[in-house]
Order: sequence, then C-alpha cells, then structure tokens
Amino acid sequence: MSERDVPIRVLVAKPGLDGHDRGAKVVVKALRDAGMEVIYTGLHQNVDQIVATAIQEDVDVIGLSILNGVHIPISKKLLKKLKEKGVEDKTIIVGGLIPTEEDFEKLKEIGIDGVFPTSTPFDTIVAFIKEKVG
Amino acid sequence: MKEIDEIKRDKNKWVQDCLNKRPIKEAKSVSGFDLDVVYTPADLDDFDYKRDLGFPGEYPYTRGVYSSMYRSSPWTMRQYAGFGTAEETNERYKYLLKEGNTGLSVAFDLATQMGFDSDDPMVEEEVGRVGVAVDTVKDMETIFHGMPLDKITTSFTINGVAPIILAMYVVVAEKQGVPLEKIGGTLQNDILKEYIARGTWLFPPGPSLRLVTDIIEYCTRNLPRFNPISICGAHLRGAGANPVQEGAYTLSNAITYVNYAMKRGLDVDSFAPRLSFLFANREEFFEEIAKMRAIRRLWARIMKERFGAKDPKSMMLRVFASGGAGIDLTKEQPETNIIRAAIGTLGVVLGGAQAIMTCPYDEAYAIPTENSERIALRTQQIIAYESGVTKVVDPLGGSYYVEFLTNRIEGEMKKMMADVEKKGGMVKLIESGYVQGEILKGAYEEEKKLISGEKAKVGVNMFRIEEEVREFELHQMSADTLKNQLEKLKEVKKKRNEQKVKSSLDRLRSVLKGDENTIPYIIDVVREYGTVGEITVVMKEVFGKFREPSIV
Repeated sequence: MSERDVPIRVLVAKPGLDGHDRGAKVVVKALRDAGMEVIYTGLHQNVDQIVATAIQEDVDVIGLSILNGVHIPISKKLLKKLKEKGVEDKTIIVGGLIPTEEDFEKLKEIGIDGVFPTSTPFDTIVAFIKEKVG
Repeated sequence: MKEIDEIKRDKNKWVQDCLNKRPIKEAKSVSGFDLDVVYTPADLDDFDYKRDLGFPGEYPYTRGVYSSMYRSSPWTMRQYAGFGTAEETNERYKYLLKEGNTGLSVAFDLATQMGFDSDDPMVEEEVGRVGVAVDTVKDMETIFHGMPLDKITTSFTINGVAPIILAMYVVVAEKQGVPLEKIGGTLQNDILKEYIARGTWLFPPGPSLRLVTDIIEYCTRNLPRFNPISICGAHLRGAGANPVQEGAYTLSNAITYVNYAMKRGLDVDSFAPRLSFLFANREEFFEEIAKMRAIRRLWARIMKERFGAKDPKSMMLRVFASGGAGIDLTKEQPETNIIRAAIGTLGVVLGGAQAIMTCPYDEAYAIPTENSERIALRTQQIIAYESGVTKVVDPLGGSYYVEFLTNRIEGEMKKMMADVEKKGGMVKLIESGYVQGEILKGAYEEEKKLISGEKAKVGVNMFRIEEEVREFELHQMSADTLKNQLEKLKEVKKKRNEQKVKSSLDRLRSVLKGDENTIPYIIDVVREYGTVGEITVVMKEVFGKFREPSIV
C-alpha cells in the first residue's frame, strides 16, 4: 500500500487537434474512482499549455491521450518542454491508439514511463500509477 | 375473449412454463429496457398498419423512404477515404471507383478540419495524416481531377470549416465548367454534434449556427442537388450514446437547424427535402434496425405535424449509414472486424439506408489500406448482389419483435426529446455540458462492462489467443507529404494576386460583422486562392473562441 497521505495528482491531457475524447474522459473518471485527484485539460491543447497546467497544478503524473497517430512527435515535444522547464521528474504516460509494438518500444525509448493502448483495463493503469508514485 | 387477450394469457403461461423448465436469463436492450424471451401480437396490441407503417415510400416512411428501395437499385456505396496530399487521394478515389465504389466521401486531415494551413508550425505532425491536406482550391481541383462533378456525388466530413470547403467545391465546379445546379453531394456541416462528440469546433455555438444556416440558405438557393447538412448520430454513438440517445439528440439537433433556417425566412419545404442524416449500426442487430425505422417515422411526423411541411420529400429522412463503428473494432484478432462490419452493414441495409460506408477492418490500427478498403467494399457488394436481401423491401416489417422495438424506441426518443425542450433545447444543454455528461455516463458504464466481461467482446474478453507480433500491412504515411504540401502551398501563394486576396478577406471581415450571408464572400476569397487558414483567422477575429464546458 502507498505510504502517501495526500492523493496522487494526475493531469489528463488531449494534445493537438484530435477530438476523440471518450477514452480520456473515462480514464479521468476511473482514476478519480481510484482515489486520485484528476484534472482534465479539455480539447486542443498545445504542449506549452499542458506543461504550464502541470506545473500550476503540481501534478505527479501527466497522461496524454492520443488517437490520431501523432503519439511519437507529441511525446517528444512534451518531454523536451518538461526538461526546459526543469520538471522532468513527473511520471508521463501515453494512452490511445498505439498501433504497433514498434511504436510502443519507441515511446519507452524516448522516455515515456507507461504506455496504455486502447482497451487497457483501468486497473492496469491505476496499479501502474500507484506503483510509480504511490 | 378477444384473440389478442388469449395470446396475452397464453404468453404469460408459456413464459411461466419456460421458467419452470429452466431459468431464463434477464436481457436488456442497449438502450436499457427489458426484453421478453419472445414477442407476439399481444405486444403490439395497439398496432395499426396504415398509421404505423404504411407502404414503403409513403408516410410515415417507417418501411423506407422510396417505394421499391433496393429492388430498383442498391444503395450508394460510399467508402470514406483521404490521406496525404491531394494527388495521393485522387489516386485512391480512382482506385475505389474502379472497384465499384459509387460515391465519394472525403476525409480531411485535422489541420484542414481545424482551420490551419499546412505551413502553420502548430500542425506540422498533422499534415496529411488522418485525411487529405487542403490549403487552397488548388488542392480541391487536384482531388477531383478527372472526375467531373456532375457525374459523381461527394460527401464531405467537414464541420468547423464547412463554408470554406463548400466554397472550394463551388469554385472547382466553375473551373470544370459544371453548372452549380448539377452538382450533388453532402456537406456534414453538423456543428452541434462536434461540441458533443467529435471536437472540430472553432467558434462559439451562436456564430457557428449562423454559418450552418448560411450554408443551408446558399445551397437552397443555388445548389438544388446538394445536401447542405448531414445531421449525425454516429459520432454520438461512438462517444457513448445508446440508440435512444443517438436518435433523440440527433433529431433534437435537427430541429434546432430547422428552426434556424425557418427564422432565416426559408420556407420549410424549400430546404427540408435536402436534409440528410448519418447513423451508425453498432452492437445489437435488431435494435439498430428498429432504431432506423423509428427515427424515420418520428422525423416524418415531426416535419408534418410540428413544422407543417407539405412536400412529402420534406418528411423523408434519408440516411447515410455506417456499417459497423470504429469504437467496436478490435486490435485483437483484427480479421474479426470484417465480420463485425459485415453484420453492421447488413443491419443498415435492413434498416433502409440510402448510402453506406463499411468500416475497414484495420481501422483499429490506422487509416485503411487499399486492401482493407476493397474488402469493406466487397462486403457491401456481397450483401447487395449475392445475399438476396435486396429483393424485398423492409423484410423485417411485421416482425413482432422488430415492430415492438420500433414502437418502444420511438416512444423513448419522444420522451427524451420532450425533456430536452423542457430543459431549454440543445444549444443550451450543449453549452452547459449536460448532453456530453449524459453520453459520458454510458461510455464509462460500457468500458466497465467490457473490462468485467459483462459485455462480450470476442477476442478481447473472451476467446482471446496469444497473438504473435506479425507482419501486418498498415497504411504508412509518405515521408514527403509535408514537404510536398508546403511546396505546393508556396507555389500557389507566389502566383496569386496578394492585393486581391487581401481585399476579398477585408470584404469577408465586414460581412462577418453584419448579418449578410457569408458564403458568396468566402467563395470570392477562395477564387483568389485565399487559404483555409487565412479565412479561419478572420473568422476567429470576429467570432471569438468557444470555452468547452468542464464535465469531468
């Protein structure tokens, strides 16, 4: 069990122009039901806005939801920006349409902590976050 | 004792006998009401053939909007396609037409859908990715190169920038020498559902609805064969709406558009015959078919009784339907998606659709390949030409179960629509996030049921197999798309008359501030090779931004 006495704080973000937000919103609900404090950015956020919100809200975890194939370039942009701002200590997870094993590995390689493609059970995501920052 | 009462009594006894033999599992429809184990005439005791069904092609159109339906000719086969540059997309369209596609359906990239030019640094990773990149009318000319616009019909999945795409299509027709009264097609132009589900809104609902109405007015006066709007349930469904919600919210959106058009001074019978609809056939076969029949009947009644339409065409709800839905496709054992899409496609055929797209099986991974598009098209062709289901109109009409479902769904939709009106109408309920919240409830419940196994998903929560990583042909984006697109845009900008572009944009700006119809002015900008981005910037200046309501 977690040693923390304050809830884990998570930012769920929709970067770029992709409007598929069903997955992001249901994950927000699931994480909240698991006792976490979750902030949802809403649609059409650029990486600068996401990083600014993450800093302002002092979150432990940033989760990106991407279903339009831009997961690698957007993840790279986000990691770069976090580094620039000196907040690269956050746990970064990516969910959505991650088509191939190759992409999965690539995301891990560039520094994404957890990758959760469509149809991942909520428990898997919750357990991963608790393990990582609990 | 009346026969119907006898059947009712016998049914109760029969159910009891069944229960004595073995337990009957409870079953619910996707929309949430209980289902009996069998249906009889006693479940339709108020049934009136002439009032509730009538003949195909006759009011209230439950059995279909045209009299002989597919006996005369099958539906339009309209696969959704577009990627990369206009050249690549043009090639794919020619391939699809050669393989028997009978209409086109354009997928735009997200940069275009959201009003950005390809040279905007915001969108470099988006150019040509999920659809074709369009910056200027030059791209549209290329997409339709070799395809005379009076010989094909085209559906455009475009909403926020629908006025610009319409303007481009008009200018392409001019350049091809095709008179406007001869061009046919459909603009999606359903902005309300974008706020609810799909996310490509650009401005607040007020100005967006003005643009929607500008399009309806312009098309009514100038493009008599063109559908200015396709009011969509499919996306609500994908976001988590059940069939009753899909029907009720979609028809409530449709009522909103009709009200706006009538307030503009248009006679209902001048534009209503050109309203088009889009529904999806997702999970439960009979409920989806009944949904299409119920929606058709309810819309006919609304148009006649509420809006006083006189032209029967105003009462005919024409449907472009999706066989299968993206949300139901699985990455696991992807070939099973071919079967899902086939069942969905058969469902929309039995539901009486006018045009159909079938989900290609690889869409859980990426946008489709030529191969997966061809299989999707073959699915439609097998149903149309081999299965025999086209021989008789509305073959499920009169099924106790299907008629029960049709009645029940219509009744539930009416209740939900009355509730929407009582709460202040769709625009208000979208601005407050109410509709989005109601739909999200369904999505969350569904996900939980999929995880627990309460809702079956073959290959995912049952009959899983260890799948090796295997070679699987997926659509690969060309590495040169962005570079090629940027070069083309640069070339167009070099050749155009900057002064004329600027003055046409200035005229548009002042029209946007007033209340004149914007479409002719957007056409003027497009003709001068003004870009999607340039027009959108001016609109954003005048219209401002939409603040998405927070619902989670």
